[in-house]
Amino acid sequence: MGEITYIDAIRDAQHDLLASDDRVFIYGQDVGHFGGAFKATQGLKKLFPDRVLDSPISEDAMIGLAVGAAMEGMRPIVEMQFADFSSVGFNQIVNQAATQFYRTGAPAPITVRLPSGGTPGSGPFHSQMMESVYAYYPGLVILTPATVADAYSMLVAAVALDDPVLYFEHKFLYRWLKADQLNDGQEPLPIGKARVVRAGKHATVVAYSAMVHEALRAADLLASEGWEIEVVDLRSVKPLDTDTVIASVARTGRLLAVGEAFPWGGVTSEVVSRVTSDGFHLLDAPPQRLNSRDTPVPYHPNLWEAHRPTLESIAAAIRNLLQL
Amino acid sequence: MPELERDSTAANEAETWESQLRRTFRAMVVARTLESKLASLYKAGKIVGGVYIGPGQEAISASIGSCLSWDHDIFSALIRDQAGRTAFGEPILDATRSYLGSAKGPSRGRDGNIHRGRPNSGLPAMISHLGAMVSVVTGMLLARRIKGCLDGVVGAASVGDGASSTGSFHEAMNTAAVERLPLVVVLTNNQFAYSTPTDRQFACKSLVDRAVGYGVPGYEVDGTDLTATLRVISEAVRNAREGGGPQLVVANALRLSGHGEHDDASYVPEQLRKSPLGRDCMEVAEHQLLSTGLITEAELLAWREEATEDVQAAVAQAQQEPAPDPFADDWTVYASKEIATIS
Repeated sequence: MGEITYIDAIRDAQHDLLASDDRVFIYGQDVGHFGGAFKATQGLKKLFPDRVLDSPISEDAMIGLAVGAAMEGMRPIVEMQFADFSSVGFNQIVNQAATQFYRTGAPAPITVRLPSGGTPGSGPFHSQMMESVYAYYPGLVILTPATVADAYSMLVAAVALDDPVLYFEHKFLYRWLKADQLNDGQEPLPIGKARVVRAGKHATVVAYSAMVHEALRAADLLASEGWEIEVVDLRSVKPLDTDTVIASVARTGRLLAVGEAFPWGGVTSEVVSRVTSDGFHLLDAPPQRLNSRDTPVPYHPNLWEAHRPTLESIAAAIRNLLQL
Repeated sequence: MPELERDSTAANEAETWESQLRRTFRAMVVARTLESKLASLYKAGKIVGGVYIGPGQEAISASIGSCLSWDHDIFSALIRDQAGRTAFGEPILDATRSYLGSAKGPSRGRDGNIHRGRPNSGLPAMISHLGAMVSVVTGMLLARRIKGCLDGVVGAASVGDGASSTGSFHEAMNTAAVERLPLVVVLTNNQFAYSTPTDRQFACKSLVDRAVGYGVPGYEVDGTDLTATLRVISEAVRNAREGGGPQLVVANALRLSGHGEHDDASYVPEQLRKSPLGRDCMEVAEHQLLSTGLITEAELLAWREEATEDVQAAVAQAQQEPAPDPFADDWTVYASKEIATIS
């Protein structure tokens, strides 16, 4: 592993976007000279003083302002300090941004960055996964990068899209995930394409965001038991690349969909639903889902570890799936 | 209607006060005529959805619109702003097409009635959630500042006493004040948010007291009085245009209709209707312009006749146009072609 972290990729993408496109500006709490709560905008205010702007603690107004600016031809990037706080801007996201183009024909190309997911000790209001909530609404593009290269290329792609994009970046990956270079040597996949990150033949695990890495670790463990597990990284949950998922299930006959979000409905349900409807004949066993528990995200690391899917719980779910 | 239009490049000062007053009143006449027609069409079952009109608030609304220039300034019209839309420059065909469900309307039948807009001309299309448009106007202004084309531009947002209770309104007022953007918020206190009276909406003496909290100039005016209202709103717009930052105007009036045409407003006390707040701003304005010689009886009659003809023509045209066809709609919600083709 190299030295470029996932958060470096996000910071570098924003730098490069600001440098290459006068329409881009960053708006969010503490994003200015402080560099953001997670330092994703470190040093950018100094380089682009008029286009990196601190906002009041007003998530509703932050999104409304971004939509207005986008209508005037700008490409705003809004940083939610934590994805959890986007609930305060929910109305502007789902009713203002998401409906704008459909209703008026005027695009609303905003990008909202949402630091997501649990880290030990973060508790109920600094740990949420909210991609499933927003994916429900027509008009939004929902991205969930799981690699350093995707963190960079998908943020650049998000700003280029003419639609409102919610970019869910996982806090657990910020400094843990490292790569040698921003570009992994491959041409970036387009938005809406999933990636098979590990080939296998006994079962497919579909995951996204930080769960891709837990799934890969579980696949490593299962390999030592003689099982070849295929892992699909969705990359974007909306659009959802049903074709790649179904092609994988066609190879393996078994499906486990893993998400860190709450279990009621959501991305994993959508994956299972689509595979069941369109690929029922491909399945050798009932498709399975693994999500967090149906409680708020707990504070203490002991509880938190048991709340979300982990290497161990994913491995157990795969073993169960293989026996069905 | 030549007198409704103005040179969009002309600075406010280029027009005489008398000319602006006449133009503002004429927009009121057109709006009252159009909305009376829409109300009749609603009762005849010809309207797709509801009808929301602004009798009693035309002086306030038209004053906002007449201080702004189409394709130059920004105006977020709300539910009772037909007069302001007309004064700003929105074609009345946009209204009739939206209400009558023509596929040629600005939202092609995908949205209707007061939710129409022309974002590219400075008229964003409102969502129903009150207070939510104030930050959109703020963002439009901020974009122009970043692009270096904010000089001489004003963004106005129309809100009501009900919207003043929302967090959205507060967040946007505060944000605009922090950024010192040329935003003029005109808050029409029409005494009722649907059926809720002001004593269940706020506890401060006057909503203009809020201005102090945001650190912005506040103004209060009798919204039934066209001359007074236009003077105050013009002053607020001028101050914003000249770099004075956000301005909050509170204009008091009484809604002389129901919340929508489905509502008989029986909850409005008779005493309030008979109070000075219950005056019809159209009658007040008519008297003001006639008594000062700014218009003649003959002119007023001609304006009304022309408005009636224009409204009839716009209704007839919208009625002849096709309704949206669900089989022809592309049912696409994304602007990006590469996303629209996958799901």
